[in-house]
Amino acid sequence: MSERFISIEGIARAYPAADGLPIAVFEDLWFSIRRGEFVCAIGHSGCGKTTVLNILAGLDEPSTGVVVVDGKGIEGPSLDRAVIFQSHALLPWKTVLGNVAYAVKSRWPNWSADKIKAHAEKALGVVGLSGAEFKKPAELSGGMKQRVGIARALSIEPKILLMDEPFSALDALTRGTLQDEVRRICRDTSQTVFMITHDVDEAIYLADKIVLMTNGPGAQIAEIVDNPLPIDRARTEVHKHPDYYAVRNHIVDFLVSRSKNFAEEQAARVAGGLPRNNRHPPVVRPLAAPALMPAATRAAS
Amino acid sequence: MTTSLPFRAGLLSLVILAIFLGAWHIATAGSTPIANIDPEYAKLLGQTATQGKSAMPGPLDVGRALWTHLRDPFYDRGTNDKGIGVQIAWSVARVAAGYGLAILVALPLGFVIGMSALISRALDPFIQIMKPISPLAWMPLALYTIKDSGLSAIFVIFICSLWPMLINTAFGVASVRREWLNVARTLEVGPLRKAFTVILPAAAPTILTGMRISIGIAWLVIVAAEMLVGGTGIGYFVWNEWNNLSITNVIIAILVIGVVGMALDLVLSRLTRLVSYPE
Ligand SMILES: Nc1ncnc2c1ncn2[C@@H]1O[C@H](COP(=O)(O)OP(=O)(O)OP(=O)(O)O)[C@@H](O)[C@H]1O
Ligand SMILES: [Mg+2]
Repeated sequence: MSERFISIEGIARAYPAADGLPIAVFEDLWFSIRRGEFVCAIGHSGCGKTTVLNILAGLDEPSTGVVVVDGKGIEGPSLDRAVIFQSHALLPWKTVLGNVAYAVKSRWPNWSADKIKAHAEKALGVVGLSGAEFKKPAELSGGMKQRVGIARALSIEPKILLMDEPFSALDALTRGTLQDEVRRICRDTSQTVFMITHDVDEAIYLADKIVLMTNGPGAQIAEIVDNPLPIDRARTEVHKHPDYYAVRNHIVDFLVSRSKNFAEEQAARVAGGLPRNNRHPPVVRPLAAPALMPAATRAAS
Repeated sequence: MTTSLPFRAGLLSLVILAIFLGAWHIATAGSTPIANIDPEYAKLLGQTATQGKSAMPGPLDVGRALWTHLRDPFYDRGTNDKGIGVQIAWSVARVAAGYGLAILVALPLGFVIGMSALISRALDPFIQIMKPISPLAWMPLALYTIKDSGLSAIFVIFICSLWPMLINTAFGVASVRREWLNVARTLEVGPLRKAFTVILPAAAPTILTGMRISIGIAWLVIVAAEMLVGGTGIGYFVWNEWNNLSITNVIIAILVIGVVGMALDLVLSRLTRLVSYPE
């Protein structure tokens, strides 16, 4: 349980503000992800979620702090860490198949053209895009574009999947099917996943752990929610689980009120003799009554 | 209502052409001869003054002459008597040579400028000063250093084609969307493969737009350049016919210059459309 496949150690990211002085989007973030774990990050727009993901991808660098993956510090992007971008980032001059095949060829440069094509087609089949192979991205709906992005990321069989709101552009039905699909693939392949979402239900269904980020600038990890739902869960059944509303209310409550006033909450807590240690953000496992307090706080590993 | 817009537009174009040709014809047709004039003086003045006939050829004269030119465009009877096709071929060949050289220089250099903010800033003052110089201003310098009038014309075409291509290539390369570059980075694509598979296709529409501007300028400049260097080419043809006082041939040359220029532009616009991508 203490294995840290991905370890984020005290990272901060500052951008120069209008007055020229750097202003930190977030500061002193610490958390870790175990191998095969599915972690979601939730927080209000602009709190730096994409920035954290880009740092994990190696596309951005923290101003301070380090990220260690599998015992090694991140040095730039890697094929082991596939990214599903918030903005699709498909190459518009390539067809759907061409976009996925480009990734496959980058992963396995020595494969024959036929093998690359077959592999790319298989990945497109997984996301239900068979038949749209020869369309250009401009001819696709937002949801289809996002699915191409998912297929492209999955096709290279990465060790870590980094997803930036991958389902946000989809209609409810497609989103559900794709969530099932992604969850199944990630479980079958013990994929390690870091995913950003704004959708609380999505996080509860998919994640093992949910990282709650406070509002920026100077965003922090408020706490880490340990999902109490059983590993074997069906999307259509999660809301029937006794602990479901406990988790959901806890997260929604955080987003609605606590994320804004976290500094005061923190001050009150410190005054109450509960010092905060950024290295170990509190881990919360919201459970249904009879535990009257929804939060059973314990120290993080 | 039933006829399509292209059809109606085409019809209107024909009407405008007819009106133009008609007006031209009336304006150049002879009027009544001027009566009270000293016969000696009339002889000196020639038909223009004596019979009211304009020195300006009418559309029928031009049409007839054009027909003779088009029937045999490629004859070559010495320095000052070549078919209009031969002259055009010379001009197109010079443009092709200068333009081709400009591509060879502008694309790689534009890539480097677009990729490196340092080089971009370092070269910017030079480009800004060189760009507004009329290409013909280079002509004396070219003639002096190259010592060959044909090559000098090619050099002038090269120098005038260079700037739009260079600037557009640099701009296109520099403004490739960050997210596309990030895709290449996360896929660990090497620099050369990235240049050809991401940057070049992404910047291609901008580059082609620059090339289209360049071909237009090159075709404008070649006529003037050939008037200066002489010998062959459509520009020289115009100058030569002016010296022969053959306004008919000058008008024909103007027409041909326009048609060829349009064709060159059409080719580039097709190519631009070919590499364009909707986002
Ligand atoms: N290049 C930049 N220069 C200055 N500020 C930046 C830059 N990039 C991002 N920021 C700032 O960093 C903050 C975090 O941006 P980020 O994209 O990580 O937010 P996010 O949490 O992903 O938001 P969303 O949920 O809307 O996607 C924002 O306030 C943004 O203004
Ligand atoms: Mg974001």
